[in-house]
Amino acid sequence: MKINDVILRTVTKAVIFIILTLGVYLFFAGHHSPGGGFIGGLVLASAIVLLYLANDIETVHKGLPFNFKKVAAIGVLLATGTAMVSIFFNRPFLTQVATYIELPLLGKTSFSSVTLFEAGVALTVVGTVVTIILSISEEE
Amino acid sequence: MTNIVVLPLILPIITGILLVFLRHQLVLQRIIAVVTMAIVSIISVIMLHQVYTSGIIYLDFSGWAPPFGILFVADSFASLLVVTSSIVTTCILLYATTTIEPKREKMFFYTFVLLMVAGVNGSFLTGDIFNLFVCFEVMLLASYALITLGGEKLQLRESLKYVLINVVASWIFLVALAYLYGTLGTLNMAHIAQRVAEAGQDPLLTTISLVFLVVFALKAGLLLYQWLPTAYSVPPTAIATLFAALLTKVGIYALIRTFTLMFPYEPSVTHRIIGIMAIITVVGGCLGALAAKDIRTIAVYNVVIGVGFILIGLATNTEQGLQGAIYYLMHDMVAKALLFLIIGTMIALTSESHIDKMSGLIRNYPLFGWLFFIVMCALAGIPPLSGFIGKVLIGQGAIASSSYVLLIIGFGSTIIVLYSLLRIFLSCFFGETIIPTGDETPMNKVNMAAMLLLAGCIISLGFGAELVAPYVKDAAAVLMNPDIYIKAILANGGV
Repeated sequence: MKINDVILRTVTKAVIFIILTLGVYLFFAGHHSPGGGFIGGLVLASAIVLLYLANDIETVHKGLPFNFKKVAAIGVLLATGTAMVSIFFNRPFLTQVATYIELPLLGKTSFSSVTLFEAGVALTVVGTVVTIILSISEEE
Repeated sequence: MTNIVVLPLILPIITGILLVFLRHQLVLQRIIAVVTMAIVSIISVIMLHQVYTSGIIYLDFSGWAPPFGILFVADSFASLLVVTSSIVTTCILLYATTTIEPKREKMFFYTFVLLMVAGVNGSFLTGDIFNLFVCFEVMLLASYALITLGGEKLQLRESLKYVLINVVASWIFLVALAYLYGTLGTLNMAHIAQRVAEAGQDPLLTTISLVFLVVFALKAGLLLYQWLPTAYSVPPTAIATLFAALLTKVGIYALIRTFTLMFPYEPSVTHRIIGIMAIITVVGGCLGALAAKDIRTIAVYNVVIGVGFILIGLATNTEQGLQGAIYYLMHDMVAKALLFLIIGTMIALTSESHIDKMSGLIRNYPLFGWLFFIVMCALAGIPPLSGFIGKVLIGQGAIASSSYVLLIIGFGSTIIVLYSLLRIFLSCFFGETIIPTGDETPMNKVNMAAMLLLAGCIISLGFGAELVAPYVKDAAAVLMNPDIYIKAILANGGV
């Protein structure tokens, strides 16, 4: 049965950008204030789940042709990989570095390796949440 | 270079995840998984030796000094267990490569095994009690996946119970952690130990320690072992073996660590309760092993007896008792792994699991039969095999603390273990053969190699007791004198 979901679809089109922006904001806020990869990842995942709800699985797969199991795996690899890098520099496991670089337009910008680690966490969360939701929604 | 401490955790995780990308290359998956665990075993042996020569080594993650950061600590006790668990896993994985069906292998079997081992090694090595919870969860989540993998009806029914009871236990663990943090304001194990020593172990702290006792008893199968027999007999042999060899041992490790490092000051309460629980466990396990007719069930109840026996060593609260417990813990991991592999192979060869329906296997598979004989002798504690030293030391500990009931029950259980396994040996291996000679399915060489490796470990742990002794003595000394552990961690910058 095809349900009439015009309202849901219309709202989703507007809301999805707000959610994604919030997700990215939370992700970058994580360094010095509440937020971070886990929470950012959850919000990003909720946006994708909303897309699945408003459209059907095939449509979303056309736009986002990822195997989300592999997204999660790439996330874990990225996180553990950045954690391992410090071992090769003979520093304690998980050591992160941060520095400020002068950029032409943005001015003094902070760069830290923990962002990569957090990106790994975010990818893991997105991959896992979407995989869970998809496997629940699949009908046998 | 202290980063070596984290390698037994992180190497299995990274390779486990890499295997996700090799989902359909089964041969490659098998090779990588076995090789990784072999490398981890070598690394852990190096780590053990470093600990022995230069004292406790630890690693503050990203350089945060204790008690503020999370840290991994390798003392002799933890390192010995990491070495044993890694070697045992290597052998079991070798066995798994030929026995696990491709449909399970494709559903990320090796990834889950490696993640579970990472959780086990992490639990042994962590120096932060909340991190212990996290490592427990890593291990348990992987074990949930492994026990349901394949999705057979019986498996799903038993795994539901297994998952439920472990989720409840984890929740109690969290509650206990909350109480502990609320009372002491720290989660670093050395720091907890220091604060408990300074403030004295008052009734409140003892009560909190008893909540931990309940949690770890559930995980170890001490008294609360009722979930164990069915849960361990439904999954395929290799998975059941992993569970029997590793999972309960992590609970035992946590119990020993908690009641020697953090809460050792009220032995008249805590250690006495552990002693009573251990006695009931041993008796219950013996009854189960005597009553069972299914060879797998007999093996599972032997796991229960083993748990009770090891914790008798903790209950005596003496240095010899703990030395015995450590020896026996290592022996039990290896011997139970071999026992489960042999039992699984017997069932696979004959398609029977009832004790009366098999006989004469030794005529078809002579070497296999003698392997069973070796593991039986080792579990019964016959010298010079690996169980002997542990039993003697635990016995000495029981005498030194004049706990004669523990002594009698402990050694009484040895006879029951011998009897229950001898029953299998006489009924299934001796007598008229049920498979005509020449008609038998040939024994898989890789399986045989895995079992021979484990048998080799049992024999060398028995004959090489002299070699292992200094490490075990060091481990027991640290357990009996928590000051050594506390000083090593909090020496520079402790609060």
